Amino acid sequence: MTSQTIPEARVRSAPDLGVLLTGAGALLLVGSALLPWAGYAGFPGKMTLSGYPGGARLYVLLLALPALALLRPLPGRAAALRAAANVELAVVALTVYFVAYAGGGFVNVGGGVYPAMIGAILYLVGSRRLPTSEAVAEGVALPDASWRFPVESLVVAGTAGLALWLFVIGLGMPSSSIASGSDLTLGPLSINDVANSGQFLAYVITIAGVALVAGRLGLLKSLTIMTGRHPKLFVAAGFIAAAAFPFTQNGSGESLSIAARIGVFAAAAVGLNIVVGLAGLLDLGYIAFFGVGAYFGALVSGSVTSVTGVHLPFALTIVLGGLVSGIFGLLLGAPTLRLRGDYLAIVTLGFGEIFRITVNNLDGSAGPSLTNGPNGVSNIPDLALGSFNFGANHTLFGIDLSFQSNYYWLELLLLAFVMTSFLRLSESRIGRAWVAIREDELAAAATGINTTRLKLLAFALGATLAGAAGTVNAHVVKVAAPDSFTFIESATLLAAIILGGMGTVPGALLGATVLYLLPEKLRFLHDLRLLVFGIALVLIMRFRPEGLVASKRRAREFHDHETDPAAEAVA
Amino acid sequence: MSVLEARAVTKRFGGLTAVKDVDLVVNEGEILGLIGPNGAGKTTFFNCLTGMETPTAGDVTYKGAPLPKRPDLITKAGVARTFQNIRLFNNMTALENVIVGRHTRTKAGVFAAVGRGPRYHREERESEQTARDLLTFVGLGRVGDELAKSLPYGDQRRLEIARALATDPGLLLLDEPTAGMNPNETAAAIDLVKGVQARGIAVVLIEHDMRFVFGLCDRVAVLVQGQKLLEGSPSEVQSDDRVIAAYLGKPTEAETAGDKQ
Ligand SMILES: Nc1ncnc2c1ncn2[C@@H]1O[C@H](COP(=O)(O)OP(=O)(O)OP(=O)(O)O)[C@@H](O)[C@H]1O
Ligand SMILES: [Mg+2]
Repeated sequence: MTSQTIPEARVRSAPDLGVLLTGAGALLLVGSALLPWAGYAGFPGKMTLSGYPGGARLYVLLLALPALALLRPLPGRAAALRAAANVELAVVALTVYFVAYAGGGFVNVGGGVYPAMIGAILYLVGSRRLPTSEAVAEGVALPDASWRFPVESLVVAGTAGLALWLFVIGLGMPSSSIASGSDLTLGPLSINDVANSGQFLAYVITIAGVALVAGRLGLLKSLTIMTGRHPKLFVAAGFIAAAAFPFTQNGSGESLSIAARIGVFAAAAVGLNIVVGLAGLLDLGYIAFFGVGAYFGALVSGSVTSVTGVHLPFALTIVLGGLVSGIFGLLLGAPTLRLRGDYLAIVTLGFGEIFRITVNNLDGSAGPSLTNGPNGVSNIPDLALGSFNFGANHTLFGIDLSFQSNYYWLELLLLAFVMTSFLRLSESRIGRAWVAIREDELAAAATGINTTRLKLLAFALGATLAGAAGTVNAHVVKVAAPDSFTFIESATLLAAIILGGMGTVPGALLGATVLYLLPEKLRFLHDLRLLVFGIALVLIMRFRPEGLVASKRRAREFHDHETDPAAEAVA
Repeated sequence: MSVLEARAVTKRFGGLTAVKDVDLVVNEGEILGLIGPNGAGKTTFFNCLTGMETPTAGDVTYKGAPLPKRPDLITKAGVARTFQNIRLFNNMTALENVIVGRHTRTKAGVFAAVGRGPRYHREERESEQTARDLLTFVGLGRVGDELAKSLPYGDQRRLEIARALATDPGLLLLDEPTAGMNPNETAAAIDLVKGVQARGIAVVLIEHDMRFVFGLCDRVAVLVQGQKLLEGSPSEVQSDDRVIAAYLGKPTEAETAGDKQ
């Protein structure tokens, strides 16, 4: 009775220490974002300006915003703020490090750095002290009946657009002067190179952090439910946004060219996902099939450096390239797939190396002249479809488009085809048989599945898709050379699907993007790159073993103990 | 009319003869019990029939034709089985498990799956409908969307039967279908097996629960140390001294004649 008469203000009058600390930290961080962080010019984001949250300061600001939740106890608030504080500290520390490093020492940092560091620590400590006995976040209530469709479609399409927009920003961020390929030795780097790398890292970490916070607040759950209800819309919106990308580039082709390469890499990753994610076959030499396609495409491209002198129409090249690669897959798989899984890994690993060494040696001196040895088949001419020349810049709807957009769209078509194949296969009789084999091969055989044949099918199909992607890649990068097909490439593709989430398409896309971009943007790390890369993978596997975007099946596989209440009720 | 005829099936593992010269005839529409002490070779005999093990000697015909060698072809021919230690596709749903059972009876290949014409959709619908009907038949109609591994033990056994039935078998081999079941579930299993029989499917079942066996089976065969001791109606087998001796461990003729282990 009496408790009801106590004025609300009195109840709230003793704010929790955690709330105070978190709030103070957030305020300091917001303030710091408006102060200069660098005492010297040249760091990206106009870091010497005050009153302007440019560069990484924007991320600092963004990650302090969840503190607004302190004003109202939302479910999942404490967990969300803890995540925000963790990521905030990482971003602040990283940016301070890069500002100091690029400026030649800590003495050259700006005044905003100090409140930022204190703020980040308060934020972290405070968020740990927030009361946690709050309800689990259930996300926003989904709109009712008549409103549901328009609202949901908007959210779903918006999400697809937002994802692409973020991707495009990341792509467009200046990075260190990139030569080509994956060589690890680099000359001295300029201040700008270092600063740009730092800026990019902070960007990626911030996106991950925002996603994490959204997840803790239950927003991702709502989003997943909505996209699950309109999968076609989601995909369509994604593709329309992706197809529109070249129109935003003002005739420049740099980002488009990187995007096209990522796309081909992603297509290969999705293909590998059939072999590994669905059928559960460990293929450690997958890049060799990509290489077979690339060399095939290069040899029949009409390039002056090709010994064949043949010039096939590209539509035929892509099909034949896939077939040739698929035949290699059959030849390799037929004898090995009868054996246990581990043998396949060893044989494919060997095949990958044999392929690389062979094309390295087919230069006319050690063997027949076919591949020009280490130089590869280069100067691959631009594609032409009828009178449409892929190598020329075009103008569409009054907007200038660099020639790279043609290749970008070609890659997008390839990706669309590979993704459609994957999705449709995975939910078909064939896909179910693959998963059954992965689950229990003996039981699958007893259920009437010809396990050898289906494994061979998965293997050859993966090889075919890789081969098709390879022919496209040869025309995008204009060369097919042995050093693009090393074991590390196979391992990276494999890492992409494990990181992104086995057996899912968005996972493969995300994994491929991250794994392609990170090494490019982290060149300042030199040889340490692979180490950092490895540590990142270990961390992800530790904290999210099912990958970033888990299929429903795998999520449940790895998080058994966190029982699903629905499953429990039936059990 | 016989469905299955096994003649002189023998399986040796190195020096151990797990199954020795076993003849067995399964008649159309009957329920045949296969009993015997632990290690008698019952599961090994099933393995020989279903291609999981290659018999050292002997031959098996199904509906007059020699049984193929590969497990998937045997299933396609019409012999389906369940396993003593349940082997489901754990991370697939119950429904998916049963749909996988339709594999041999459906056709869609890679092109059909990617192209998705009307025939593909029809086949998928039919598979799903058959699977749902079978789930209902075994009493799992409401748990189709659960992961197989999250089902209780008894349900998993029934799901395995549904998956086997989805292959449209003429003969179903059940390896200890009531192991781990409580009395209620065992009673339900009796009805289930009778229901399978009513579908015109012959059943051979391995069981240790004697009340279950003698209450359900039309005929019973006894396997001891790899050899068939006798075969007959439940009452004949029940009253045979040698069977009791075999279970209690008293040496008998058959045992001394059997291989030394
Ligand atoms: N793969 C194998 N390799 C070697 N020995 C085996 C193998 N499989 C079975 N055995 C042996 O064959 C004999 C028969 O085993 P089996 O599993 O067929 O018996 P069972 O009648 O099914 O027994 P239970 O009632 O305990 O299931 C046992 O001695 C067993 O150890
Ligand atoms: Mg057994």
